[in-house]
Amino acid sequence: MKNAIEIKNVGKKYNITHQRGGYVSLRDVITNILKNPFKHAKHKAKKALGRIEKEEFWALKDVNLTIKKGEIIGIIGSNGAGKSTLLKILSRITPPTTGEIKLNGRVASLLEVGTGFHPELSGRENIFLNGAILGMTKKEIVERFDDIVEFSGIEKFLDTPVKRYSSGMYVRLAFAVAAHMEPDILVVDEVLAVGDAEFQKKSLGKLDATSKTEGRTILFVSHNMAAIQRLCKKTILLEKGKVVMFDETEKVINRYIAEIGSRGTETKWKKEEAPGDDVAILHSARIIDENYNKIPFTTADKKIGIDFTYEILKNEYTPIPNIHIFTSTGERAFMNHEEYNKKLGVKGKHRATMWIPENLLNEGTYTAQVVVSTMKPLKIHFSQQEAVVFNVIDNIMNSRKNDFNQKIPGVVRPRLEWENILL
Amino acid sequence: MKTIVIKPKKTFSWNDFKEVWQYRELAYFFAWRDIKVRYKQTFVGVAWAIFQPFMAMVVFSVFFGGLAKMPSDGIPYPIFVYSGLLFWQFFSTALTETSNSLVGNAGIITKVYFPRLILPISGIVTKFVDFGIASLILVGLMFYYNFVPNLIIILILPLLLLITFIAAVGGGLFLASVNVKYRDVRYILPYFIQMMLFVTPVIYPASIAGKYSWILAMNPMTGVIKASRAALFGNAPINWELLGISLIAVLILLVIGVVFFKKTERHFADIV
Repeated sequence: MKNAIEIKNVGKKYNITHQRGGYVSLRDVITNILKNPFKHAKHKAKKALGRIEKEEFWALKDVNLTIKKGEIIGIIGSNGAGKSTLLKILSRITPPTTGEIKLNGRVASLLEVGTGFHPELSGRENIFLNGAILGMTKKEIVERFDDIVEFSGIEKFLDTPVKRYSSGMYVRLAFAVAAHMEPDILVVDEVLAVGDAEFQKKSLGKLDATSKTEGRTILFVSHNMAAIQRLCKKTILLEKGKVVMFDETEKVINRYIAEIGSRGTETKWKKEEAPGDDVAILHSARIIDENYNKIPFTTADKKIGIDFTYEILKNEYTPIPNIHIFTSTGERAFMNHEEYNKKLGVKGKHRATMWIPENLLNEGTYTAQVVVSTMKPLKIHFSQQEAVVFNVIDNIMNSRKNDFNQKIPGVVRPRLEWENILL
Repeated sequence: MKTIVIKPKKTFSWNDFKEVWQYRELAYFFAWRDIKVRYKQTFVGVAWAIFQPFMAMVVFSVFFGGLAKMPSDGIPYPIFVYSGLLFWQFFSTALTETSNSLVGNAGIITKVYFPRLILPISGIVTKFVDFGIASLILVGLMFYYNFVPNLIIILILPLLLLITFIAAVGGGLFLASVNVKYRDVRYILPYFIQMMLFVTPVIYPASIAGKYSWILAMNPMTGVIKASRAALFGNAPINWELLGISLIAVLILLVIGVVFFKKTERHFADIV
C-alpha cells in the first residue's frame, strides 16, 4: 500500500532569545543604537560573521517516520518532547530546519477547535467561515451543512451569535465542523480534551468510523492515554525531540507510563531552565508526607502533600498557586488553588503546599501540574505539566477492600458516610 | 493523488501566486466575514463609514476653507476637500488594515495553513465598501453645488482605485512583516499616516506648491487625487503622464512589499 506520510531526517531548530515573547520593540532597538552605536555595530558585525554563539535548541531532531495510508497513529510524550512542533511542521504552519516530508493527498489539521470563529457571527455563518479556514470548499460545506448541524445538536441556536453560546455549545459546533472535513490526512492535536464526556465519545467514534470506511490517515496527539488506546493501533513516543519508540500502542504506552513513574518525587529546576516569566519562576516541586519528609510513594490511608517553591520577582501582581492532578492516562482528576490573599504577591521565595486528604485518591500513578497564575487579568506565569509524579498504593494492613482482589474502579476512592437501617 | 512536499526553505516562485488563486474561496470568506461583522448592525456600520470623512470635511471646511482661506482651484471648498478625503480615507484605512493583518490574525496563522497573502488582500475589501458608501455623500454634494461631473470619471475611477489599492497593499505588506517583528510599529503608524495627509494634496490643491510640485508628485496619492478632481470638476486636464508614473511607482512598491512579505512569511508562526 502507498505511504501516506514519509518523514526523512526532519529537524527543527529554534534560536532562544533572551527576551521572552520572541519579538522586540523598535523603540528598544533604536534606543540601543543611539545609546551605544559602536557596541551595536560591533555586535551586528560579529553576528554577520557568525562569531556570536547563538543559543540553539532543537525541538525536533532526526525524525524519520513512514506512515501507511489508513493508519491512525497516536503521538505521546511529555511536555516539550516535540509533539506540537511535529504537528506544526506537518500542517505547514512552520517550516522544518532540516529534512523533507512527503504527504500524499489532501491534508487538514485540527490543532484547535473553532479556529477563526468570530464571536459576532451566528452559528450558521461560523460554520461556513470555519469550514473554509479548515480547507473545505463552499460546495462541500453546503453539502454537509445539515449533517454538521445535526451532529452539533444546536439547531435552535443556529442564528444566534456564537458569543452568546455556552462553552459547551461552542465546542460542539466547532467540533462538528471539524468532524466533517474529508481530507486524506488529518493531523489532530489535543482537541478532544475539551467538551463533555458524551460529546468526546461521539467525536472519537466519528474519527474512528471515517478512517475505517474511507482510508483516512490520522495523526493524533493526546495526553489522554485512554483515547489513544481506543483509537490508535500504533503509537509514536517522542522524547526530547526524538522518536524513541514507534510500535503497537499498548507497548508504547506501557513504556511511557513506566518512564513517568520512575521519575523522582522531587524535581528541581536550574535557574536558567526554570519555567516562568518576569513575574514568577518555579524552583522545585516535591511529594511529602505529613511530617514534611520527601516520600517516593504513599498509601491511600495517608495524607499526601504536594509542595512547590517559587519566586515572585515583581510586586505588581498577586499570582495564585494552583495544582492540577492527573491520572496516568492523562485525565484530570481535579484542580485546586490557594485562596486569594494579598501576601501571595509579596516579592521573594514562596513555598506552597497542597494537602490531599487521606482516603481520597485511588491506587495508581498520578502526575501533578503546578501552576502559578494571576486571575485578573488572566496571566499564566508558569504551568509545569508532570512536575512531580507519585504513586498511591493500597495499604495491605489497612485495606478497605476486604476480600475484593482487584483495583477498585474510579479516579477517587473517598471514604463516604453510609447509613443502613434495618427495616 | 496530489503530493505535498515540505522542505526547509521554499524558494520564491510563481507557484505562490497560483496557490493564492487556489485559495481564493478562503479569501472570499475572510472578506465576507469582515463585511458581515462591520455591517452586522447595518445602521452603525454605514453611519461610521460616512461619519468619518464627513466630519473631517466639516472640520477642514471650517478651519482651512473658511478661516484660513485655503485656495481650492475655484471649487467650493467642502466638495474639494471631500473628494480628496474620499481617496485618502480609502488609502489610509487600507494601509492600516493591511499592516495589522498578520498580527490581528495571529490566532489563525498559528493554527492553520493557507497562503498568508490572502489575509492582507481580503482585508481591503471592506475598505472598498466603505469607499462606495462614503461616495454617496460626494454625489449629494455634487448635486448641492450643482456640479456636473465629466463622464470620464466613470472610466478613470477603476484606475484610480487600482492605484490606491496597490499603494496600500504594497506599503501594507511591508509594514505587516515589520509589524510581526517589531510590535510597536503599529503605534507609530497612525502618526506616520497623519503626517502623510499633509504631504498629500487633500486639504490644499497641488498647484499651491508651485515649482516644487514635483516633490508632491513623488507621492502616488498626489496623482490619484489630482486626476479625480480633474475628472470630477474639470478644473484641469487629466495629467496622464503623472498617473502613469504613479502606477509604475506603486507597482514597484508592491513588488518590494511582496518580496519582503514572502521572505518573512514562513517564520511568522514562530514569532507571532
